[in-house]
Amino acid sequence: MRADLSPELAPRLAEELGLKPAEYEHVVEILDRTPTVTELYMYSLMWSEHCSYKHSRKALRMFPTEGPAVLQGPGENAGVIGVGDGWAVAFKMESHNHPSAIEPYQGAATGVGGIIRDIFTMGARPIAILDSLRFGTLDKPRQRYLFEGAVAGIGGYGNCLGVPTVGGEVYFEEAYEGNCLINAMAIGLMREEDLMRAVAAGPGNLLVLIGSTTGRDGIGGASVLASQEFDEKAEEKRPSVQVGDPFTEKLLIEACLELLSRDLLVALGDLGAAGLTSSASEMASRGGVGLEIDVTLVPQREDAMKPFEIMVSESQERMLAVVTPESLGEVQDICERWGLPATVIGQVTDTGRFVIREGDEVVGDMPAATLAHDAPIYDPAAERPAYLDELHAFDPLAEFDHPDEPEMLTSTLFDLLASPNICSRRWIWEQYDHQVMQGTVVLPGSDAAVLRIGLPGRGEVTERGIAVSSDCNGRYVYLDPYVGAQIAVAEAARNVACSGGRPAAITDCLNFGSPEKPEVFWTFREAIRGMADACRAWETPVISGNVSFYNESFGQPIYPTPTVGLVGILEDVAHHTTLAFKEAGDVIVLLGETEAELGGSEYLKVAFDTVAGAPPRVDLEHEAALREVLLAAIGEGLLRSAHDCSEGGLAVALAESCIAGGVGADVHLDLDENGDMLPPVAALFSETQGRAVVSVVEDDVNRVIEIALSHGVPYAVVGEVGGESLRIDGLVDAEVAALEGIYEDALATYVHPEETFASEELREG
Amino acid sequence: MRFGVVVFPGSNCEQDVVHAIEHLGFAAEYLWHGDMDLGDVDAVVLPGGFSYGDYIRCGAVARFSPIMAEVSRFAERGGPVMGICNGFQILAEAHLLPGAMLRNTGLKFICHAQPLRVEESVCHWLDLPAGIVLDVPVNHNEGNYYCDAETLARLHAGGQVVLRYCEPDGSLAVGGSAPNGALDDIAGICNERGNVFGLMPHPERVVDPVTGGTDGAAFFTTIVRRLAEVAG
Repeated sequence: MRADLSPELAPRLAEELGLKPAEYEHVVEILDRTPTVTELYMYSLMWSEHCSYKHSRKALRMFPTEGPAVLQGPGENAGVIGVGDGWAVAFKMESHNHPSAIEPYQGAATGVGGIIRDIFTMGARPIAILDSLRFGTLDKPRQRYLFEGAVAGIGGYGNCLGVPTVGGEVYFEEAYEGNCLINAMAIGLMREEDLMRAVAAGPGNLLVLIGSTTGRDGIGGASVLASQEFDEKAEEKRPSVQVGDPFTEKLLIEACLELLSRDLLVALGDLGAAGLTSSASEMASRGGVGLEIDVTLVPQREDAMKPFEIMVSESQERMLAVVTPESLGEVQDICERWGLPATVIGQVTDTGRFVIREGDEVVGDMPAATLAHDAPIYDPAAERPAYLDELHAFDPLAEFDHPDEPEMLTSTLFDLLASPNICSRRWIWEQYDHQVMQGTVVLPGSDAAVLRIGLPGRGEVTERGIAVSSDCNGRYVYLDPYVGAQIAVAEAARNVACSGGRPAAITDCLNFGSPEKPEVFWTFREAIRGMADACRAWETPVISGNVSFYNESFGQPIYPTPTVGLVGILEDVAHHTTLAFKEAGDVIVLLGETEAELGGSEYLKVAFDTVAGAPPRVDLEHEAALREVLLAAIGEGLLRSAHDCSEGGLAVALAESCIAGGVGADVHLDLDENGDMLPPVAALFSETQGRAVVSVVEDDVNRVIEIALSHGVPYAVVGEVGGESLRIDGLVDAEVAALEGIYEDALATYVHPEETFASEELREG
Repeated sequence: MRFGVVVFPGSNCEQDVVHAIEHLGFAAEYLWHGDMDLGDVDAVVLPGGFSYGDYIRCGAVARFSPIMAEVSRFAERGGPVMGICNGFQILAEAHLLPGAMLRNTGLKFICHAQPLRVEESVCHWLDLPAGIVLDVPVNHNEGNYYCDAETLARLHAGGQVVLRYCEPDGSLAVGGSAPNGALDDIAGICNERGNVFGLMPHPERVVDPVTGGTDGAAFFTTIVRRLAEVAG
């Protein structure tokens, strides 16, 4: 045993690595001696916030995680649900915020790489990527650099893999300026019986490292980057960002799926945060076995690497497999065919200990389960933020002088459609291959992406489908974490239902500031409580997820952003719907009722640069009933289009359906007849939840109304598709071509402010 | 009639091409880049993707794969070969087609539906009347076709320009309709004989109506019909 640290030096190194004094004491207690350098590195990483969830674990227990469709809940590399006929999908969302804030291209690229590995580790072929992004405002060059870099990185990696990037969302808010968010979600498809778990078993079995060589890149990524907030030293952390090689990842996907399909692996795990340390110790602890690794056997790309460097390196595109000695030859043959090294680096033991050797010398010897499971669990202090009362007291309608003249209202609609948070995302998704694998039935730009279940070209094409959406308006969560988090789930579920999918389960990526700040932690807990209540009520369990804390810069936390990724099921993928109005003469029906809810709205932000008020209410029962109406109507083939109302309210929803369909609409809200007289800005731009704009052939209107009535969902027949303009009562009158020009060009004009665009002339003219 | 679809390390559209072919009712099999035998296939497709990670240059490494020597011999014998996207880049690197693909002028990867005008050509893979506009998606970072003036003149004179990027009505915009800056809006070319054909857009993505359209079917059906006629 190499005793390379004195009892005096060890606690100092521990502190430098981010272990708290009590945590260090606990390590000494577990080992009953002074830890070695290698051991300290391994414990400090495994017990970092990023790997151990030590501040969040308790709160996360609030989530419902079980349901009839759930085949694998949280705790594995990804969650898995059955989607019918023996098919299963694995999915998970994960953050790569801090690396991306330092080096956007590689940070975002390796974020995609990491989440894709989590998916095929489960035995599923990755079939889709979604990305949820948050940046500061685009008037700042640095933010444009981050945004362009992250989009290029996501494309550069995903496009090369041949996995379509089908959806996601992006918001631009000052709150994310010092700490952008890059959340990547991946979805994989498999047969139920092929579900694989990363559980090491069988003493005497071999540990085989497959894929790239190991270097010093990304050392301490999980602890240095992910578990600390940013300050003026952020630039210095650039060496902790990993570099991705999507070509090797593509080979890894093919090789690993082939190994799994031939039943050659006992277990498979990917090397992500904390590298070999976390992958191996988690596999060992799940299986209740021990492991022995000789670091000199690990193929290295740099000279003179120390054992601890090899054990915690976050070099990308590596997988750890457990293989029986009999299968080793075949495993190595298949890997060689794909041009990948597959090297035996150790073996499974029955000692329960994780032993690290450098040749003959032992440099670490720990009870394996303590790395993955003995991290301290904290119960952080929580305190309701003082700012909430002040913000809730704000009454948006009373506070400002709101426009009520048609010209001003029409102009406001233009401003909203040009808002970076609403305008078309085409500039982004046209940089992503969103069609490869022949599964994308509804392209990006609609409420949710719809994918056909099957593996075309491998003899598997079905009529089933899934609809997927990721959502979170951080502004709402900032204003009310409980309600805001519910809205995130509600909107994702509405988007999926508008597309024809029945919501089945969610993954989440919980992005917050420092959990050591009571106000941040209170917000975190409330958000989880809100999501948990919604998920329980709607029977959409949380099957996987990720927590990202310390999203702060210079002491300022981001908007709390619990991003939701939701997957819904379509029994028949032909029964899907898009947001586009289809044909003149179709009747427009509004499902749900509009209330005066402008708190936290995009309208307030765009028109008055204000983020205040209470966010819209969420009525859990109504949301569920609305989805039932949508699904029943889509199932009967009654809806020509369906689009949920979200940021920008009814007016923006109508405009988006017009733009997508290239056709106008004549809408009458009959504001006076209801007797409740909403002010025009509320009628048009209120962000009341639980609403959807649908269009229907005239003959089918009565049937749609019947369905709405039977579920107790309020409805209003509000107008008709047709013409070249969107007209809403006497309040809005705008040519669809002009709306489209503004909507489609806006994002590119923000990214390249020096260029001029035709739409500006259109609007002027 | 059997299509062979070559799988290079990093190819990622091979299953899409096979699906498209099977969807149209024809047979297809995968060919491995390391093999030196095309088996008994009647036509070869080099699919899109990022062979060898597009390292060095797109297609620059893949052209040295063992199977490419066989593909060249097959082409010399008059066997039909189609290269889609990365496959087109490989054919250019292998000198089975003239010219090269530069980076898109916009310096960005592009993926969107794209109108293509059918030109009067000697291509064996397409016999639709000139002037017809097809809607076929593009999906690439290096699709900016380039060749020297002499080659360009030869391509035009020899009926080797098969497809050009165009506006939805089939016209060519002043200053170019190519989304990637391609010379003369060239989207696809063939060799003098017409049996070797390369194009940047992805016809295999518009064969199955559930996922897009049917404008890409013509390429596959044309070559099948032609081979049947030749076989008599």
